[in-house]
Amino acid sequence: MSTLEFDHVTVRYGASTVLDEVSLIVPDGEIVGLVGESGSGKSTLAKAAVGLAPVHGGQILLDGEPIRLRGRHRPVQMVFQDPFSSLDPRMTIGESIAEALYRPESGRLSRAGRRVEIARLLELVHLDAGRAGHRPGELSGGQRQRVALARALAGRPRLVIADEITSALDVSVQGAVLNLVREMQRELGLSMLFISHNLAVVRYVASQVAVLEGGRIVEHGPTAEVLGRPQHDYTRQLLAAIPGGHDTLTKETNA
Amino acid sequence: MSQRWFRIVKTPVGIVGLGLLALIVLLAVFAPILWGDKASTVDTENILAGPSAQHWFGTDNLGRDLFFRVLVATRLSLTLTLVATALGTVIGLVLGTAPQLLGGRLGRLVTALVNVFVAFPGLLLVLVFAVIFGVGARGAVLAIGLAVAPGLARLCQTLVAGVAGLEYVAAARIAGVNRFRIMARHVLPNVAEPLIVNVTITAGAILLSFAGLSFLGLGVQAPEYDWGRLMQDGLSGIFVHPLAALAPGIMVVLAGLAFNLTGEAIAGVFGISTTTGTGTMQVPSGETPVTELRHDHEADGDLVLDVRDLSVTFPGVNGPVRPVRGVSFAIAVGEAVGVVGESGSGKSLTALAIAGLVEEPASVDARHLTFCGTDLLEEPANGQTHDKLLGTSLAVVFQDPMTSFNPTMRIGAQLAEVGRHHQGLDRKEASERAVDRLRAVRVRDPERRARQYPFEFSGGMRQRAMIGMGLMGSPRLIIADEPTTALDVTVQSQVLALLQDVRREEGAALLLISHDVSVVADVCDRVLVMYAGRIVEDLPTADLRTRARHPYTRALVAAVPAMTTDVDAPLATIPGHPVEPAQVPVGCAYAARCPLATQRCLEQDPTLTAGPGGSRVACWHATEPAEVLTAQEAIA
Repeated sequence: MSTLEFDHVTVRYGASTVLDEVSLIVPDGEIVGLVGESGSGKSTLAKAAVGLAPVHGGQILLDGEPIRLRGRHRPVQMVFQDPFSSLDPRMTIGESIAEALYRPESGRLSRAGRRVEIARLLELVHLDAGRAGHRPGELSGGQRQRVALARALAGRPRLVIADEITSALDVSVQGAVLNLVREMQRELGLSMLFISHNLAVVRYVASQVAVLEGGRIVEHGPTAEVLGRPQHDYTRQLLAAIPGGHDTLTKETNA
Repeated sequence: MSQRWFRIVKTPVGIVGLGLLALIVLLAVFAPILWGDKASTVDTENILAGPSAQHWFGTDNLGRDLFFRVLVATRLSLTLTLVATALGTVIGLVLGTAPQLLGGRLGRLVTALVNVFVAFPGLLLVLVFAVIFGVGARGAVLAIGLAVAPGLARLCQTLVAGVAGLEYVAAARIAGVNRFRIMARHVLPNVAEPLIVNVTITAGAILLSFAGLSFLGLGVQAPEYDWGRLMQDGLSGIFVHPLAALAPGIMVVLAGLAFNLTGEAIAGVFGISTTTGTGTMQVPSGETPVTELRHDHEADGDLVLDVRDLSVTFPGVNGPVRPVRGVSFAIAVGEAVGVVGESGSGKSLTALAIAGLVEEPASVDARHLTFCGTDLLEEPANGQTHDKLLGTSLAVVFQDPMTSFNPTMRIGAQLAEVGRHHQGLDRKEASERAVDRLRAVRVRDPERRARQYPFEFSGGMRQRAMIGMGLMGSPRLIIADEPTTALDVTVQSQVLALLQDVRREEGAALLLISHDVSVVADVCDRVLVMYAGRIVEDLPTADLRTRARHPYTRALVAAVPAMTTDVDAPLATIPGHPVEPAQVPVGCAYAARCPLATQRCLEQDPTLTAGPGGSRVACWHATEPAEVLTAQEAIA
């Protein structure tokens, strides 16, 4: 696994600046949580790292080298929010994973080799290897999200970006996916940028937290520190808004 | 997949369409072989003769038999149609996929080009191209093929763009799959069906176009002949021998019908949603257990809502499916009651059923359903409906504030409409009240905001306006179905606070449905936990985290990470899957996922029984200690 570094990254769509000189480091083997409201630029940062958003300024480095966004082997993989649209309904989950499999420079994987690798990946995310022939329609939301994680790992990425991967799931399933993320981090030493609007979820998986507001990072540090002793007003607002907190019924007039 | 294609043969339209198509293809293949000679035999004794036993449809100006000529012409007509369709489809596909494959400026150029061509009427294009490519069969094929291409290209572009925006395509791009492979493997298979339907129907139109071109003399030239050519030949004698022109016309109609009906049948089959009931159905054996409510501490007059044995039934493929199975609860004046459960637990349907918003083909049954003392099960004596009562005393707030407003009407007008319809206010009074209500839900500058359209409101503001709409009357009950799920946390807390304020100010009761236990715990006095269409526990929110007795409630609470959750221990999970409404087991519906389940749970359905302090629980093991539910690494 590797270190991902956003170095003064700016992304503009037309006249609006979505990311304004964002600098953030995801250290080797750590999970960094990224929180903020919708429109703050969280997903754009993720897309920039995988080449789905145009970078107008700054650079994105992986272990000090500019990140490779073209060609067959992509070092950064991503898991999406909606497990119902992130898998092709026409393809079996085995085919979906096979498509993303890492191919050694020397040539192709043999058919048997591919099957073994798919089975290994499915077992890694706690799915029965016999499910490789199933289509996404036969799986539950939580199971699909695990397949999406297995597909992301199939390319032997040096870093994984998880964009709101639990927000479309039922709470009963969310827990299982979060446990899996932590297990991957522990056992594979996975580096991960974990994006979520849910502070409690981020607190549970991430060792560091960055708070994004209006395309800028306003606070960044170890999770316990940022969420325990927030320095920035916006972080305090986010914390106050969590249901179950004590300060939720403050009257504010501007939604 | 193949099953769906097979279903086409089962529809009447499909049978007729495919049958006609098969007949025409057979004619095209065999007619020239069998009757080619007869169709070209010159009979100088019977020139321009009418129908007779010898020549059924009469003869043409060289005495050739028209009946056989019409049959033999099938091959040329069909061939031209298919070639032109293929040409149009190929060009359409190339132009349709080009913007995605080329990307950037070149892609936009292709899109613009197609848009320009779509703007011209098809017939005009055909005529222009026919003149450019010259008179004759080849010219006609090129002209018609090119003329239908822009329409297909445009359709293809739209469909491709829809699929290309989906996350699985993005995932494939990130995985390093090249764009041609993405187009072939991910995009085209997922747009194939609407394209096939459209191409089939286009083929019917192309057939007509050929007949038209040949009829105008721009298409097939003698000695070749297709149906259009035959019609033109027959036209000169139409008053003497109408059949000479009508017979090829009838064939054009039949062949056109064959294509269009087939297209319709394919469209019909693929239009059918695959989500509705194919599962096997098990109506729960026996009647739902009768549960009695305890109203000891409150007289019926204090109840805003009293529901007993409410059920919602959908007709399914294998018998009725019942997603809500006998729900009983009451809400006191001003009380806030939350409903939690996983998706599919029936919590939203319960709310919709109470509001009278469940639509056909679903049906709502209840033993007792009163709202503000009015029995909603009985029609009012004066022949009116309950609309007025529900319109003024019940407010409903939905999850997605974008779809609950009409995007083409101003917010103020939409609020005012409620006042005019339900309270008989005149236009001015209604507008004033709308502004006043927007102020009541703390929308800043309500006069200006009332004149704005829904898209000018943010999600949180729209949700406020929605609550404001509910306040146009004087609601006794506000039903809010996941009102904050689509909103950001900070906005969520503001909307929840607003609901609380409104409750306090208006004295309205609240039924808050949410998948998020902590939201409900924040706002409500009491929680109903639903599982598989039943209430499994009914308890004060204060007891939710500490004194819940149903294993499902405890699991649901433990599964959600809170700001105080132990970060070092794995989260609790609920193994297994929620029960499908069509496959509710005998016994306790939760038994298969429950760590406490015993043989009794698998056999007997526990009833919702009242316990100490007015709380209710449906579990055979409710009295057992809670420590069984430790955090477990379960494989859901």
